[in-house]
Amino acid sequence: MKYIRIDKQAWDSGMDRAGKSYQLFGPVKSREHHVFQRLEDGQLPDMGAINTVLSPKSVLFPQTEKILETTLDESQPDHHIMKRAGADYSPRAVIGIAPCDARAVELLNLNFDTDEYKDPYWCDAYAATTFVGLAVTVPSIYDFTVSAGSGPFAEEGLDILLADCKDSYLAKVLTDKGRAFADAAGFENEEDSKKAEDIFKTMKEEAEAGITSAIETDQLREKNLLDLHQAPFWEDIAFSCINCGTCTFVCPTCWCFDIQDETKGTNSIRIRNWDTCMSPLFTLHGSGHNPRSESTQRVRQRFMHKLKYFVDKYDQGTMCVGCGRCVEHCPVNIDIRRVCNTMNAYEPEKP
Amino acid sequence: MNKRTERIRELASNLLKEGTVEMVIGFGRGTTPMATRPDIARTPEDVEKLVWNSNCSLNLANYLTDRKGQIGIIAKGCDSRNIVNHIVENKILREQLYIIGVPCTGMVDKVRLAALCDEEILEYTEDGEGSITLKTASGKKEAAKEDYLKPNCATCMHRNPVIYDDLAADLVDEPEIEDQFADVKAIEAMAPKEKWDYFDDLVNECIRCYACRNACPLCFCPTCFVDESGPQWVGKGQSETDVKTFHFLRAYHCAGRCTDCGACVEACPMDINVRAFTRKLVKDSLEIYDWEAGLDMEKRPPLDTFNPNDPDDFIK
Repeated sequence: MKYIRIDKQAWDSGMDRAGKSYQLFGPVKSREHHVFQRLEDGQLPDMGAINTVLSPKSVLFPQTEKILETTLDESQPDHHIMKRAGADYSPRAVIGIAPCDARAVELLNLNFDTDEYKDPYWCDAYAATTFVGLAVTVPSIYDFTVSAGSGPFAEEGLDILLADCKDSYLAKVLTDKGRAFADAAGFENEEDSKKAEDIFKTMKEEAEAGITSAIETDQLREKNLLDLHQAPFWEDIAFSCINCGTCTFVCPTCWCFDIQDETKGTNSIRIRNWDTCMSPLFTLHGSGHNPRSESTQRVRQRFMHKLKYFVDKYDQGTMCVGCGRCVEHCPVNIDIRRVCNTMNAYEPEKP
Repeated sequence: MNKRTERIRELASNLLKEGTVEMVIGFGRGTTPMATRPDIARTPEDVEKLVWNSNCSLNLANYLTDRKGQIGIIAKGCDSRNIVNHIVENKILREQLYIIGVPCTGMVDKVRLAALCDEEILEYTEDGEGSITLKTASGKKEAAKEDYLKPNCATCMHRNPVIYDDLAADLVDEPEIEDQFADVKAIEAMAPKEKWDYFDDLVNECIRCYACRNACPLCFCPTCFVDESGPQWVGKGQSETDVKTFHFLRAYHCAGRCTDCGACVEACPMDINVRAFTRKLVKDSLEIYDWEAGLDMEKRPPLDTFNPNDPDDFIK
């Protein structure tokens, strides 16, 4: 494994150089929080960001994405024939993505890139993207990544993992994509592997020791699905829920979307938008019937999907990477850690 | 445990024991610093969940909409005004409610407290006398609560509940605010282009999660106009027009009804000052109709009534 030492003085110019051949995305301060954004020329990612409100999933899966378009102008030969909308799939790099968010991208792959069906928009964006992760050295109190199958120094889904060593970054180059990015940025100061490995190991242990919260998931797979579905605790969990979409929109693994057609003049487009299972519209049938008309049913759906259905279907852990965003931003403090532990410990009463 | 919490639990427990109410809606302890959660006590034992502190920012009237049975509810000034709204707008009956009023000394602005610390806040404590202590990895920071009030609390002149059946503390003095609409006037004074840019910037990060709407006790329409799907009234994407349409229409639907409780801002994950829309309507209601929402159960709100002596000709 190749390690590169990047002096922080050289980091800025490296970003400039990389920006010539990549579209760069990174955390940027906005009001009192951070968001992931396309970096403009000369704009640097804020590597001190604690946690962005929204995850970088939008780089590959935008909240609103034009997927098809056509003209309604009947004088045109191809009128009313939907065609894929043009998009820029030139190389892009997500700088400063947290390791858990990179794992989340891999989980999204399970949905968008399968043997049966490949979502072209996602797949093209994914192929174009290099993930330059920043290891978490001071974990937030909301961070429960280790117990959720990731961690502050986890490598899954990353092409490069950077460790912040005060005056410099130590970069672990994990893939060919990562190597190409380092070359484009001019990062070439190779570090002795043995020494670098030791540094990573020590930093990783320290970071993991700094994580103060965890979920218990070991029993979820064994639990009977219907027992959990019919468990009596959902009403209390859901009481405070106002059914906004905050938890689903800030979540790095929520992948549900809605398709809409819009026309303006003779221009017609088909877009897909993030959807949220918290909304009553999510399951509203054309007939007017809604199988999840009650708030409690929708709250249950969100947690059952992440912590039971997904677990059963894919056998790859939960559909939660422990980033803590929903815990931090839920206006009414519905805490997935508490819900997960409640589900994991639930024993139905014997008849 | 502070005195208000103690008294809330005692009153709630008695109501449940006596069977006066089937449930008491209040604030429960949160799982993270500066968090509380709207919670429900159904048994006298449950009342141990209830707390009161300067993080009880949401509006509990939101949990009353169309609820059946006898309900106990904890209400600070703004919650009580929204309870009045709910009664006036026929969403709940006064007879269904037992209101435990909590004279309020304001709620704290979490965003500004977070900004005060360079690091993450690990622990939040308050002494009940107006002093806040924030613990971070590198030490402690003290702050005076009155310097970190939420903006709507800083201009609030209705801290005491306007209706109640019992009180969890003595009534507090209502502050005299010299100019409670300085923020609105600043926007009114802007040139049209500047104003447009201001609102452009205000909502440019909106993710349409509708937390503002759903935290708002006024937003009880069975189907909100943005959720109408047959036919669809508003686009669902992130187009600027659709985002603004949502905010403008929602604000106008709150005209003459908004109590400036700030739940919308409190709920917004993107720190959008949603009140910038509704505050103007609060000011207009006061100036045009001498009306403040949620103060009087006997009067109809100005926008749902008609007066033959209306000074405007267009309506005659």
